[in-house]
Amino acid sequence: MFGRRTLEGGLDLNGHKDLSRQRSIIRAAIPKELVYPLVSQSGELAKVLVKTGERVLKGQVIAELQGNQGTLLHAASSGYIQENELRQIAHPSGLKSLCLIITTDGLDEAFPIDQLVHFSKLLPSDICSKIHEAGIVGLGGAGFPTAVKLAAKSFCEVDTLVVNGAECEPYITCDDRLMQQYSEQILLGIQVLLRALTIKKCVIGIEEDMPEAIDSMQKEIERQGFSHIQVNVVPAIYPAGGERQLIYLLTGRKTPSNGYPVDVGVICQNVGTVMAVYMAIFKGQALIERVVTLTGLGLKTPQNLWVRIGTPIKDLVNQCGGYNGPVERLIMGGLMMGLVLPEDSIGITKLTNCILVASPKEVAKTNDTEVMPCIRCGDCAAVCPVNLLPQQLYWHSQGGAHEKSQSFGLFDCIECGCCDVVCPSHIPLVQYFRASKSKVITRRREDEFADLAKQRFESKQLRIAQEKMDRDQRIQLKKQALVKLRKESAVTKPKTKDQL
Amino acid sequence: MVFAFFGVILGYAAIRFNVETDDPLAAEIESLLPQTQCAQCGFPGCKPYAEAIAKGEADINQCPPGGESGVEAMADLLGLEVKPLDEKFGVATEKKVAFIIEADCIGCTMCIQACPVDAILGAAKYMHTVIAFECTGCVLCVDPCPVDCIVMKSVEPSVSNWQWPEPNRNKY
Repeated sequence: MFGRRTLEGGLDLNGHKDLSRQRSIIRAAIPKELVYPLVSQSGELAKVLVKTGERVLKGQVIAELQGNQGTLLHAASSGYIQENELRQIAHPSGLKSLCLIITTDGLDEAFPIDQLVHFSKLLPSDICSKIHEAGIVGLGGAGFPTAVKLAAKSFCEVDTLVVNGAECEPYITCDDRLMQQYSEQILLGIQVLLRALTIKKCVIGIEEDMPEAIDSMQKEIERQGFSHIQVNVVPAIYPAGGERQLIYLLTGRKTPSNGYPVDVGVICQNVGTVMAVYMAIFKGQALIERVVTLTGLGLKTPQNLWVRIGTPIKDLVNQCGGYNGPVERLIMGGLMMGLVLPEDSIGITKLTNCILVASPKEVAKTNDTEVMPCIRCGDCAAVCPVNLLPQQLYWHSQGGAHEKSQSFGLFDCIECGCCDVVCPSHIPLVQYFRASKSKVITRRREDEFADLAKQRFESKQLRIAQEKMDRDQRIQLKKQALVKLRKESAVTKPKTKDQL
Repeated sequence: MVFAFFGVILGYAAIRFNVETDDPLAAEIESLLPQTQCAQCGFPGCKPYAEAIAKGEADINQCPPGGESGVEAMADLLGLEVKPLDEKFGVATEKKVAFIIEADCIGCTMCIQACPVDAILGAAKYMHTVIAFECTGCVLCVDPCPVDCIVMKSVEPSVSNWQWPEPNRNKY
């Protein structure tokens, strides 16, 4: 803790963590219905492995999500598969999307599991495949498949596992509670991951405003006598829990902007993910539940719950005593980077760490009229944790000069929202950057599509030419053969006459 | 003397090792075209059109799918004045995708032959279908169909093609 590194930029936000931090995690009831969106983040439709009307058991694989973040989806409880339905999902577009629905039967009958083998007897590759089979993805929010992340060690030299326990977003306390109550399991999960990576060193990063969690983890490490696992306290500055930010704070290594943490020898996993790894290896349980913080003044009893993936939010709200007075906004995720939801029937996904039921006291009404022109004060640049110049980015983005925005590091923006908070003109900067990123990505897709179309056009032209050539050649050969035949018959004819 | 010698060698090499290459200017123009292969420009594909522009035989405003932005890009490359699309060749419309009403398809393969990018799947007397992801929306398959079972459909907004909107700027 000597010469502690500090975050460049960032904000010291009011955490509002005491709302939900004090209560132990309890298990949420089995909901009547479990809802799973079938479209991956990249837009591909999942491969459903069960039929309508079929009975499924808890932990049974029901679908395979496609795309570069493809992973397995397991039923969170036993029940019957319903007809797929178009439902509202947690997506900024507010568009409906195809969902798989299970009506639970309340029996919670589990799918039989294989014989458990102690992890010290498993090969690193076996651990990775077990993690894949358990459908584990990064529970911190990005949802990258954990097995794929671990596999990166085969082409990059990795020496450190960073465990992200720096819950920097206001209101969220699920990782805090997890570390307080499950320190032993988390350490076992870390052991498993270290074995999978065949490395020794692990650093757990926890924000300084979580003293109970720090204490609990440190005590457990002492009890077990682990010297290779270390708890490092990081300043409680938002967004210290961003992957790249935390890696810098803990190791001093800067992830290149067009690279990944593995390029600097680090693999980063959230404590929730580590817990899921523990459950998969020691209990044989797939990722079918996670801890979710239900918080905000709009709830009667804010608390942390063990929630089955797919549980509709309204069931959880009821579990927390229902809504408490008027609700201004329902947010999935944190106050800064969360997603505003249009309704409370949406299901919890693997990536949902928090449901914030914000009262009018906590968030202002969305009001565009307050927006004023940029005065180029530079406050946004001072708080940007990735050292961008948001005012320049904004200037180019709003003018449609997306190429220029990219040269100012558009794609390095982590959309943390610090610039939005400090902007005295209330310019929704992040939304400009998101729109700009969308346009660039769409443009790239169109270019790729045009390349493909060109290739297909050229190969068709080539094929037609080839076919024509082949046909001409065949005709030529046939002609030659005919000529030859005629000649032969002209010669042989008299002969046959003679013979007759 | 030495230089003359090298000159002769280079001159000989230029003739001896001359490789027939595509016009680099045509290739650059082609990269700006949308590759719809719709032939609305009057040429049988984007490449022939690009070659015609490079030779000065066609104007830069004959590509409706490329739209105004396409004309601008080409004017920029060739140092020409930007001009509006020539309506003789059609007007810019949103991209659509061909869809075969499969119940009506008689399996005649006419559309398969018409498709410039091989995006229709099927065989004689078997039902055909459009590979939606590969369809450029060129509409060339619609006319040849003897039973009119091909329709052009707008691309539905979905989670995969949705874009973040720009903030509302009318307020200030």
